[in-house]
Amino acid sequence: MTVSGWALILLFVTILAALAKPMGLWLFALYEGRSTPLHRLLGPVERGFYRLAGIDPGAEQGWRRYALHMLLFNLALAIFTYAILRLQGVLPGNPRGFAGVGADGAFNTAVSFTTNTNWQWYAGETTLSNLSQMLGLTIQNFLSAATGIAVAFALFRGFARREMKTIGNFWADMTRATLYLLLPICVVYAVFLIASGVPQTLAGWVDATTLEGVKQTIALGPVASQEAIKMLGTNGGGFFNANSAHPFENPTALTNLVQMLSIFAIGVGMPWCFGKAVGDTRQGWAILAAMGVLFIAGITVAYWQEATGNPLLHQLGAGGGNMEGKEVRFGIAASALFAVVTTAASCGAVNAMHDSFTALGGMIPLFNMQLGEVIVGGVGAGIYGFLLFAILAVFVAGLMVGRTPEYVGKKIEAREVKLAMLAVAVLPLVILGFTALGSVLPAGLAGPLNKGPHGFSEILYAFTSGAGNNGSAFAGLSAGTPFYNGLLGIAMWLGRFFVIVPILAIAGSLAAKRHTAATSGSFPTTGGLWVGLLVGVILILGGLTFLPSLALGPIADHLAVAGGRLF
Amino acid sequence: MLSDLKTAVRPALVLTLLFAALLGIAYPLALTGIGQTFFPAQANGSLIRDGDKVIGSELIGQKFASAAYFHGRPSAAGIDGYDAAASAGSNLGPASQTLIDRVRTDIAALSRTAPGRPVPPDLVTTSASGLDPHISPEAAFSQTDRVAAARNLPAPQVRALVETAVEQPALGFLGEPRVNVLLLNRALDARFGQK
Repeated sequence: MTVSGWALILLFVTILAALAKPMGLWLFALYEGRSTPLHRLLGPVERGFYRLAGIDPGAEQGWRRYALHMLLFNLALAIFTYAILRLQGVLPGNPRGFAGVGADGAFNTAVSFTTNTNWQWYAGETTLSNLSQMLGLTIQNFLSAATGIAVAFALFRGFARREMKTIGNFWADMTRATLYLLLPICVVYAVFLIASGVPQTLAGWVDATTLEGVKQTIALGPVASQEAIKMLGTNGGGFFNANSAHPFENPTALTNLVQMLSIFAIGVGMPWCFGKAVGDTRQGWAILAAMGVLFIAGITVAYWQEATGNPLLHQLGAGGGNMEGKEVRFGIAASALFAVVTTAASCGAVNAMHDSFTALGGMIPLFNMQLGEVIVGGVGAGIYGFLLFAILAVFVAGLMVGRTPEYVGKKIEAREVKLAMLAVAVLPLVILGFTALGSVLPAGLAGPLNKGPHGFSEILYAFTSGAGNNGSAFAGLSAGTPFYNGLLGIAMWLGRFFVIVPILAIAGSLAAKRHTAATSGSFPTTGGLWVGLLVGVILILGGLTFLPSLALGPIADHLAVAGGRLF
Repeated sequence: MLSDLKTAVRPALVLTLLFAALLGIAYPLALTGIGQTFFPAQANGSLIRDGDKVIGSELIGQKFASAAYFHGRPSAAGIDGYDAAASAGSNLGPASQTLIDRVRTDIAALSRTAPGRPVPPDLVTTSASGLDPHISPEAAFSQTDRVAAARNLPAPQVRALVETAVEQPALGFLGEPRVNVLLLNRALDARFGQK
């Protein structure tokens, strides 16, 4: 580990801490449906969209209607992208003449991008046309992020409202998040990326003749426009196979820093917005503090392990940190940091190959996802996932002191706790169940590139990433098969909507309750004790379930390396 | 329930199409226009040309095998490496026999051309993209004797050229010290003639 490496990490954390309140204010304006300076420019677009679609943005919805409209919209989006991918061969914007995508592949990708996962079984540059990337995928990057924000807002309203039957209007929440937050930032962001060297062209590829006289075909495309929302929306689906490790997606150390910041940019504002919505911003800061503790722990282990390097390579004479699967312009620190950030959030973009990380360095991204990606987390998804743990934490605290648990003025009762457990249980059920299938069925065992425990880690990582809607991979796994495309598609859908629907039900249930004033007997949900309890509940409830699987994968891998056992 | 669904059909279908037009067509096209107008070099891939001939991209690594050129890192992109239409890492895990065998072979080859030197780790490991345009300064300096010998040049002259090619981290800590292999080899040819 180096001083400059830690300086980068410190700078990263400082910028985000400074961003939390300004971003929170912006989000809060959207949450309240207030006018922003951008309304003058984009207001006519918003109103035009509502008029054409027959939407009354002021029409409040109960949680069932909110959930149904959200589901139907996401279904329509998935079918739209599926159609674009299948018809790719006959649609324009296809300079390389790629054929239509097969049924299982198109199903997987449509679900993947609709659920904000962006798992990619394919290599972008050799599979998808420019039109498919733009029209099929970029649109999902925006709208899946906007859906996440809408669900988070609905849950905030559940906590904030008193004795009401409704939690907002899905169409208005989603449209406003897209028009007044995601799109304007992405336009500026993409221009910065282009200026830094990220291509943005509809022309075909270029044939170069190298200095040694060999032909090198250089893949190009409309990369920057997709790159911006890929990071800001915590989507993570790269234009190229190598994702943000590709010099055309992430050409410099500065673009790399900005990409890492943009993964967390919206997420760090969410706790503040939540605090403001429930009338006490200290509630938001407490959440952010708990996230910060888990984040620092993760980056410390990952950076330390990667900087220590692979002892098996040291024995051969190649000393130093682990550079297999990393880019020289980023080095060890920025690669480890990126890996921790992208899995703490549900982003899944990578600037280094997680599969080639050291055993324990690679376990941190895996564990981050298994915790539910609540360390800042995905756009919207991070905070609503975190609030599930907050509900469970006050429940645990209530059990210990024998009082009805309360959180930000709402009594947490059997219904909320059951629904929260339902949502929290989806992840282990899907991850462990599907990993078990993948580890015994021949179609599953055909996937891994690496042998031994690392091969198991590849399967475990895939289903963890899918169910957690992350999208990063231990990419040695050959996942472009009907078995993995099908099963991972199902995992992604379950991991997204079987969490969101219980959350909206909790929102509806809470909104109907009356406000309970805090008394001297209430458990305080700000301050160090609460932060410690939150961290403990996340680690125990979120993490403990997965320890046996980690022992079979990364920990066994680590022991193999230490003992010099090769596979 | 059914009435809830019915009221969602029109917004779902119409908004899908409207957002497709805005985010899937207008947004990328507008940025393509901005990029092509204000940053044409970057927007088209930062290409390096000799007259009409495209030599490569400043951002994309190339394969170098000749002793008279500096070599980049091993690459897992495509069959022969540095395939700029098939980016990829090796994805080999830390206890992989294939990885260890490959590194052992590469170290043996290096020690033939630069005996007694420590092995720069980046020179025997594949990058994440397979297209890494850079190597570490140590990896470049470890090759100066070989390049000088192949070109019948005094080593200090080649070493001096490498020194000018080293890029330092921005602000002292953002990024790593590095050398762009293609640009260095171009400078080599420009300074001492093609080999």
